[in-house]
Amino acid sequence: MKMQALPDLDCDLLVIGGGNAALSAAISAQKKGARVLVVESAPKPYRGGNSRHTRNFRVMHGKPMGVLAGEYGEAEYFDDLLKVTKGKTDERLARRVIRGSEGSYAWMQAHGVHFQDALSGTLSLARTNAFFLGGGKALLNGLYQTAERIGVRVLYDTEAIHLDIGDGFFAGAELRTKGQRRFVKARGCVAASGGFQANTEWLARAWGPAARNFLIRGTPYNKGRVLHDLLEQGAEPVGDPTQCHAVAIDGRAPKFDGGIATRLDCVPFSIVVNKESQRFYDEGEDVWPKRYAIWGRLVAAQPDQVAYAVIDARSLPLFMPSVFPPVSADTLGGLAGKLGLDPTALAATVAQFNTACPAADGFRPTELDGLATSGIEPAKTNWARPILEPPFYGYSLRTGVTFTYLGVKVDEQARIQMNDGRPAANLWAAGEIMAGSILGEGYLAGFGMAIGTVFGRVAGEAAARYVRN
Amino acid sequence: MSATDEFAVLPAATAERRAISATDEARRQMEICNACRYCEGYCDVFQAMTARRSFAAADLGYLANLCHNCRGCYYACQYTAPHEFDLNLPRALADLRQESWQDHAWPRIFARAFRANGVVISLTIALGVAAILMLSGEGSAGGGFYAVIPHETMVAVFAPVFLFALLAMGIGAWRFWRAIGAAPPAAIDLAPGLRDGLTLKNLSGGHGAGCNYEQAEVYTPARRQAHHLTVLGFALCSASTSAGTVLHYGFDMPAPYGFWSLPKLFGMPGGVLLCMGTAWLLWLKRRADRGLGAEGVWGGEVAFILLLFLVSLSGLALYAFRGTGALTPLLALHLGLVLAFFATMPYAKMVHGAYRLAALIRRAQERRLTKG
Repeated sequence: MKMQALPDLDCDLLVIGGGNAALSAAISAQKKGARVLVVESAPKPYRGGNSRHTRNFRVMHGKPMGVLAGEYGEAEYFDDLLKVTKGKTDERLARRVIRGSEGSYAWMQAHGVHFQDALSGTLSLARTNAFFLGGGKALLNGLYQTAERIGVRVLYDTEAIHLDIGDGFFAGAELRTKGQRRFVKARGCVAASGGFQANTEWLARAWGPAARNFLIRGTPYNKGRVLHDLLEQGAEPVGDPTQCHAVAIDGRAPKFDGGIATRLDCVPFSIVVNKESQRFYDEGEDVWPKRYAIWGRLVAAQPDQVAYAVIDARSLPLFMPSVFPPVSADTLGGLAGKLGLDPTALAATVAQFNTACPAADGFRPTELDGLATSGIEPAKTNWARPILEPPFYGYSLRTGVTFTYLGVKVDEQARIQMNDGRPAANLWAAGEIMAGSILGEGYLAGFGMAIGTVFGRVAGEAAARYVRN
Repeated sequence: MSATDEFAVLPAATAERRAISATDEARRQMEICNACRYCEGYCDVFQAMTARRSFAAADLGYLANLCHNCRGCYYACQYTAPHEFDLNLPRALADLRQESWQDHAWPRIFARAFRANGVVISLTIALGVAAILMLSGEGSAGGGFYAVIPHETMVAVFAPVFLFALLAMGIGAWRFWRAIGAAPPAAIDLAPGLRDGLTLKNLSGGHGAGCNYEQAEVYTPARRQAHHLTVLGFALCSASTSAGTVLHYGFDMPAPYGFWSLPKLFGMPGGVLLCMGTAWLLWLKRRADRGLGAEGVWGGEVAFILLLFLVSLSGLALYAFRGTGALTPLLALHLGLVLAFFATMPYAKMVHGAYRLAALIRRAQERRLTKG
C-alpha cells in the first residue's frame, strides 16, 4: 500500500469540528495570532455538521439592519427564549449570546457570509432572523474560504479519538486521519464537534430501543465521540442526557442527512393515524410552526415509530410541497393499501372523523379557525374538515432527530468546567456541544447558529490570548 | 476499531444514477428544490419555482431556459453527490435546455445538429466557403475587398443565409414561447425582460458578487463581465455592418471605408471587445467544472465561442493586413467564418440568447400578473 504523505500537525490551537462554531473559533483565533489546525471528521463534501442544514440565525437589533426589518431587542429575544425553554436556560450565557448576535451579523458578513431576505414560507421570521444566501452550506463555503485565506489549516476525514487531559490541562489529542493514528500537540483546544445525534447506539441507550427507528436529519458524522470523551474525563455535563430535539419528517427520508427538505407541513390539514389506523393526537391544536416540534415525540410513541397523515384533494395546495410526491389513490381503500394500512380500519377512522366534523363553513387555513370535531377522541380542534374529495393523499411520518441536549458546561469565556468545580486551563467549547446550558429544552429558530457564532468567536479569542502567552 | 464501535460512521448509501429522461430528471430535482428553497435568493429560476407546486414539461422547459447556469445553487446544495438525492440542478436544466432547443428548432431536420460535433461542422463549413470564395475571387471594378470578391457575390451568398438564420431563430423562439404556455407577449414586459437579459442579473448571484464558475464555490464576476464584453463587441460589429449597408445603399458610398468612418469606428472596438470577451469566456470555460453543464455539448460550445473569436480576430486582421498580399486569403477566411457562424447560428449555442430572452420576458410577465 502506498504511504500517503503525513499532514503537518504543527499548531498552537486545535479546533475540533468543522461547523459554524468551529470555523468562527478558528477564524477568530487565527486573526488574533494563533496558528490554528481544524480537524473535521467528515470528508469535504459533508463538512460542517448540522450547520450544513441551517438557513438563518437569530439576531438582536435595535433598528433595521441589513436584511432585518424593524427591531428585536434583548428583552423580547430573551423572552422568546424563556418561552421555548420553559426557563431552562443559563441566563448569563443566554444574554451573552443575545447581545453578541448583533455584532455577529457584521462579523459574519466580513468573513464570507452573504445574507438574503427571508425565504418564502418563512416570512414570520423576517424581523428576527437573518437568512443565509443559499443556506448553511453556502455559509460554510464562505467561512472555509476565509479561514483558508488567513492561514487556518483544515484536515478533513480526521477525527479526534481521545483528548489528553490531566488535571484540567489539555496536552494534545489523538487523531485518526486518513486511516492513520497520529498525536497532535497543541497549547489549547476548542471543542466544537456537536452532539451525538447520529450515534444510534447512544440514542437507544438514552431514549430506549425505539430510537433505532429514528431518522437522523443531519450527517452521519455527528457521533459525539469528543463529547463522550470529555464527559469521561470529568467535564461537567449540562442538558438532559435522555432528550433530543425531534420532529416528524417524511417517512421515506434517508436514514441520515435528509435535512430541511424532508420536513412535512401537512399535519394541521390532515388526520394522522398510527399503523393500526387510529388517530392519537389533536392535529389542529395550533398553527404548524408552533406544533412542528412536538410531533417527533408523538410519532416516536407510536408502534414501530411510524404514523400516516391522510388528506384529500382540497388540502394538497395548503402547505409547502413535500420532497417526495405524496402517495395517492382515488379511493381511501386504495390509499390504505398503498400505505400498508388496513383499508377497513382506515375507512372507519375517516368515516368517524368526517361525521364528527362541524357542518359549519368557515375553513380558514392561515389562522386558528375554530372548526373543531365533536364526539371523538382525540378531538381535532381547528381545521376539522371532512376528508371527502378524491384523489386522497398520504404521507408516512417518522421521527427525525435534529440534535441532542447533553453537553459540557462552560463559563462566560467558553472555558469548559470540570466536575471538581474548576474551569479547565486550556479547553474551550462552542456550538452544540455546549448549547445545553442555554437551550435546556425546545428550540428557537436560528438560535443554534447564534450560539455557535457568538461562542465560537468568544472561544477562539480567549484561546488565542491563552496560547500566545 | 472493532465492528461494534458505536462511533463508527455508517454513511448513507448513494443512489444509483437513474436512466430517465431529461424532463423527468429535472422534475425529480425541482421537486426536491421546491421542498427546500434555500436557493431562493440566487436567481429567477427559484422565484419562478416557488410559484408552482407541480412541474409540467412546459414549466420545466421554461425554467431550464431561465437558468443562466450560474451554479450558485449547486455549490450551496446540501444534496449534491455523494448525497443520495444526487442533485445537480445546473446540469439537469442544461440538459433540458439542449432538448428544448432541439424540440423547437426549425426546420426540424436540422435539430440534430445541436448534438453533433460543433467543431467539425463549423470548421468544415468555414473552410469550404473560404475555398469557394477564393476560387470565385476573379476581381472586379470595385476597390478593396470588392476587388477580391465582388459585392454582388457577397450579398447573394450572405443575405439569404443571414435572413434564414434570423427566421429560423425567430421561429424556434416563437415555438418555445407557445410551448411554455405564456400569454401573448405584451409590450410592457419587454423592457424588464430585456433589462434582465442585458444586465445578466441572473449571473449576479443575487448579491452582486457574481457566479460560481471558474473558481468553483468562490463567487466571481468574471463570467458576467466576459459575457458583457462579448455582447458589446458583437453589438458593435453588427452596428458596423449595418452602418456599411446604409452607407452603401443609402448614400452610394461603397467600401472601403477610412478609419474615421462609422463602419470602422464601430467595427474596430467591436472586434477588439469581441476578441477579448470570447477569449476570456474560453479561458473561463476551460477552468469550470464540465460536470455542471449539459452532457456531451462542451465541445460544441467551445467550437461556437472559438468561431466567434476567429470571426473577430480575422476581421481585425483584415484591417491590419490591408494592402498586402495576405488580404485575399484572409478575406476569404473571414467571410467563410462569418458564413459558418450564421449558417450554424440557429442550431448552436447562439440560440441560447433567443430562448433566454423569451424566458426572461415570460418571467417579467409572470411577475406582473402575480402582483396584479
